Amino acid sequence: MQMARVIGDVVATRKDPNYDSIPLLLVQPIGADGKDVGRPLVAVDSVGAGVGETVFFVRGKEASFPWHPTEVPADAGIVGIVDHYDVP
Amino acid sequence: MLLARVVGTVVATRKDPRLVSNKLLLARPVDPKGKLEGNYLVAIDTVDAGVGETVLIVSGSSARMAAGMKDTPVDAAIVGIIDAVDVAE
Repeated sequence: MQMARVIGDVVATRKDPNYDSIPLLLVQPIGADGKDVGRPLVAVDSVGAGVGETVFFVRGKEASFPWHPTEVPADAGIVGIVDHYDVP
Repeated sequence: MLLARVVGTVVATRKDPRLVSNKLLLARPVDPKGKLEGNYLVAIDTVDAGVGETVLIVSGSSARMAAGMKDTPVDAAIVGIIDAVDVAE
């Protein structure tokens, strides 16, 4: 998994039927210092995250597992909202 | 998933039999503001996208979970047509 900040929403009317009612969010991966790392990407959201929150997301086919057995065609999915983290 | 702009079409007569009657498009990733960046890719279209549209592309093995793509040799599929991207910052 990787930590990221939710930076926006993505709206699509015409999309795969298995995406029905699943939110699509724009996330920016971040490092331990909270700074941006790499390019933003679109992720499906299974935990009700919102813009501005720090989350962690999973990459690959596992992104669709929260909706199993529905086969959601996702390669990135938010699976947790970070309350806080400590880096000693 | 990636945001990308459809920049062209790809035609192939000789191809894997499981790709027959699927539409192939050439797409280039865009940043959230719509600026083209990165490498071009060939993607299978499952939502009737067209040249000039901004689309959502799913990559890797997840591309096979797009509608009608089961057991098809694809690693990039267009699964949505983007209406709007709202960036908060």
